[in-house]
Amino acid sequence: MTEIIQKVKNLSIGFKSKKGEEILILRNITTNIKKGETVGIVGESGSGKSTLALAMMGYVKHGLYTIGGECEFNSSNLLKMKNRDLEKIRGRKIAMIPQNAGQALTPNLKIGYQIDEALQLHSDLKEEEREQKISELLNKVRLPSPETIALRYPHELSGGQQQRVAVAMALAGTPDLLLLDEPTTGLDVTTQAHVLELLNFIAKDTGTSMVYVSHDLGAIAQVSDRIIVMYSGEIVLEGPSRDILKRPIHPYTHGLLKSIPKLSLAGLPESMPGSQPQPGIIQGGCSFFDRCNFSEEKCKNNSPQLEYLKELNTRVRCFNYEKLLKESQINQNVKKIKNNSKDKEILNLSEVSISYAKQKLLDQIFNRISDDNPTVKDININIKKGETIALVGESGSGKSTILKSIAGLLRTKDGFIRFEERRNLSSDLKERDPNDLRIIQLIFQNPDESLNPNHTVEEIIAQPLKLYFGLKGKELKKNIIDLLQKVRLGEFYMSRYPRQLSGGEKQRVAVARAFAAKPDIILCDEVTSALDVSVQAAVLNLLQQLKEDFGTTYIFVSHDLAVVRAISDRVAVLYQGRLCEVGPSNHVYKFPSHPYTEVLLGAVLEPDPDIKPKLVAEDIVEERPPEKGCSFQGRCSRIVGDICKKEIPPWQLTDSGNAIRCHIPIKELQKEQF
Amino acid sequence: MKLDNIYQEEKKSNFAKVAEIIITMASRPSGFIGLSILIFHVVLAFISPYIAPYDFKAINPTLMLQAPSAEYWFGTDDLGRDVFTRTILGGRTALTITFFGSLIALLWGGLLGIFCGLVGGKTDDIVMRIVDAFLSIPWILAMLLIVSLLGTSTEVLIPALGFFYGKGIVRVARAATHDVIAKDFIVSARARGHSNFSIIWNEIIPNVRDAILVEGAMRWSWMLLGFSSLSFLGFGVSPPTPDWGLMISNARGLMSFAYWSVIAPIVGLSSLIIGINLTADAFAKALGIDRSTKAPV
Ligand SMILES: Nc1ncnc2c1ncn2[C@@H]1O[C@H](COP(=O)(O)OP(=O)(O)OP(=O)(O)O)[C@@H](O)[C@H]1O
Ligand code: SF4
Ligand code: SF4
Ligand SMILES: [Mg+2]
Repeated sequence: MTEIIQKVKNLSIGFKSKKGEEILILRNITTNIKKGETVGIVGESGSGKSTLALAMMGYVKHGLYTIGGECEFNSSNLLKMKNRDLEKIRGRKIAMIPQNAGQALTPNLKIGYQIDEALQLHSDLKEEEREQKISELLNKVRLPSPETIALRYPHELSGGQQQRVAVAMALAGTPDLLLLDEPTTGLDVTTQAHVLELLNFIAKDTGTSMVYVSHDLGAIAQVSDRIIVMYSGEIVLEGPSRDILKRPIHPYTHGLLKSIPKLSLAGLPESMPGSQPQPGIIQGGCSFFDRCNFSEEKCKNNSPQLEYLKELNTRVRCFNYEKLLKESQINQNVKKIKNNSKDKEILNLSEVSISYAKQKLLDQIFNRISDDNPTVKDININIKKGETIALVGESGSGKSTILKSIAGLLRTKDGFIRFEERRNLSSDLKERDPNDLRIIQLIFQNPDESLNPNHTVEEIIAQPLKLYFGLKGKELKKNIIDLLQKVRLGEFYMSRYPRQLSGGEKQRVAVARAFAAKPDIILCDEVTSALDVSVQAAVLNLLQQLKEDFGTTYIFVSHDLAVVRAISDRVAVLYQGRLCEVGPSNHVYKFPSHPYTEVLLGAVLEPDPDIKPKLVAEDIVEERPPEKGCSFQGRCSRIVGDICKKEIPPWQLTDSGNAIRCHIPIKELQKEQF
Repeated sequence: MKLDNIYQEEKKSNFAKVAEIIITMASRPSGFIGLSILIFHVVLAFISPYIAPYDFKAINPTLMLQAPSAEYWFGTDDLGRDVFTRTILGGRTALTITFFGSLIALLWGGLLGIFCGLVGGKTDDIVMRIVDAFLSIPWILAMLLIVSLLGTSTEVLIPALGFFYGKGIVRVARAATHDVIAKDFIVSARARGHSNFSIIWNEIIPNVRDAILVEGAMRWSWMLLGFSSLSFLGFGVSPPTPDWGLMISNARGLMSFAYWSVIAPIVGLSSLIIGINLTADAFAKALGIDRSTKAPV
């Protein structure tokens, strides 16, 4: 039997509420981490996964306390250990990589110096040996030319490179256990795939055990040998990675996997109703009861125990797992979206360029913008009434910038934005008349930021109704209730503040506010990125439903290609503010495609251990678009030579109506590279 | 164990909100003490003219520098006036002037700060430079100049103090506005086409109000100290009006043999400052604000 390095026994952690009640965040967790294995802990926000990971290094967040149980490492209980002894273990025996570890690097110290500090702290190496070790570590995390990287400052590295440095620092003490809390969340798709691949390599190479915490089953699937699924502070399912992902025998995991959009399946997945109960609200019975499709009467009042199934080497907390045991695999049903687009053009972006460059005084005086190499350039898109067009691209590709210009929040440098073939929308917000403002509404990524925390739901939704339609009194109230109903929220939500709503509910309020203006076009900026996976599908379904009811046009920005695949009729791929490919989504997702689209598609992480990401291009990040030639030249693996560096590539049309901008002829592109 | 009610909380009336904040403040020992001291002083300021045992300006050469006794609880001063009477009356002017001074500081500091935070860019830079330049002049010198030019009347002191103590509020209001302005709900309101006034009133003020009020409360205690220093230097209230700063200044030479005449006003002044400080602190905590400005005592 393999050695167990961390034993978690009956661990409960909680806090005291204002009224003095004990509220549990973790409830009776028991599990083991074996030597050399990678365990994925997955769960939605608030399920307690980070608390568990932190407890595994003997850390309990301020305000929380251990109610019972222990975390045993090297046969001593970390939770009872003195700080002095813990310090000897943390960093040396157990290392942690937090979310945004890259940003946690000290900004004014060189990379090499920071790794050296970690080595001094966590190893017994002498000075000469340390220098050697630094470049060894940087090599191990595959940073190019370690000698020069060591001399750089954190801000001179890209997000992915910073994350690699964080991994190198964690490895400084040659730990037996590496805890990773959402280490790739917030990174670009392509970068994420690279970092995960690196982690896999490190796990194999060093034999370190890893605990990988994430809400993203796609990422978990790529690295873990074993998966623990948490719900409401409990383990609900634990077993070998493949079994959990292919044949989940707990209704929550089952529903979750069904609700994640997949690249291979166009259309909206089924959504899971409701949301995870807040800590403390759970009474007797199964905590998943409200949302469960398999529930029975007995689940309401009896809590299922974690049961070990020997033949599957799996533990499951459900009375009815046998029903799921019979299903051989997940049958994902998707609802094909209807293409509602009419022939009528609603919005036309023509030769649009947008610049963030600080303007010279003279230009400011003449109120003009001059910039030879603007952030966004030459955008030509013709949007039809009722369609959903998606803008995809990595972070910094200019997606949000384009949306802001359409909304009038950012001035365009050149080009025009025409509405309904009739009139151009002014690029200055102040010059747009109220009706121009009403027809275009925005929904943002993070509802925590987009809803005023000091307004009630009623006040939030009332704003556009008062502003555009001058509604008052009874009529206003009636309209608000109608809108709430449309987003499937009851009337009693009116008096709540955003902090009293769950993430999905908040986003519904934001959707209701956008629809209150009776807009023609809604700009959706990463509207599901901040939501839990189980809630995401519900919001996507809602958006689709509303669109069908009202004939609204969506411009949908997202970095998640599977989500885009699920909801959009047409896709436009952007790199460095330049369009690469535009076409109907089912064609963009097939060959032939632009080399950059290929990179993006290859990097998508699917919750399936058999679908590995394909890493085509380097995950370098470019600061500015190139002055001349193709925008993608810096990272293109198919670059054909000088022509790519000198001439802007032409638009080429494929048979299926897909437009690709590349010097490689369509026929060539047709040949799949892998 | 049912905690549904946390999430079912109803919209409260403003009165209920204020009451809740005060209860939260008082539930902490330091907040309770602070509030009690403050309330004590405010109540005293209102009723002292009616309960004062003697006439505060009645000079009696035969009673000079009497030690505390059953008749004269805090003794008498060098002019034979009752120190107890003068002490309980001595906070009135200081409290009134600094209270209104703080209101003025809140008003101009808050509005200018919000304005700067909202417009940003060049205008913000220029305005902040001007504010900084004005206030880099040592305030006490500037105050002395103003007072010697315009006199020490209340109409001069209140706006002058209000002006000088508004600077910190400008900074806090500006920083708070900066934080709020970057949030998507402001972008959203802008995109909908709300007027600047509506954005300030509906979106910004509710979110910066707490921070500004807390800063204002802190400034109040600073201002009390400042005002008393002015009186101490003889530029605050004019004699024979009873005032702690003035009393301390008059009696400081007698410290060694008539300590009572100086102890009483010192206790009065410092307890009020401590009271305001503790209250402001508890206020900040009750509102969940992390306060970085340090208290003067
Ligand atoms: N206010 C600003 N000033 C200067 N440059 C900016 C500003 N906002 C964005 N940029 C730059 O413009 C480019 C496009 O940014 P944008 O926010 O549109 O990207 P995005 O595609 O929406 O990325 P993400 O997926 O991270 O949201 C980036 O290089 C970014 O650094
Ligand atoms: S115990 Fe019942 S309610 Fe809970 S997950 Fe299983 S079937 Fe669903
Ligand atoms: S034009 Fe050249 S650099 Fe650009 S995508 Fe095509 S092959 Fe690559
Ligand atoms: Mg963006």
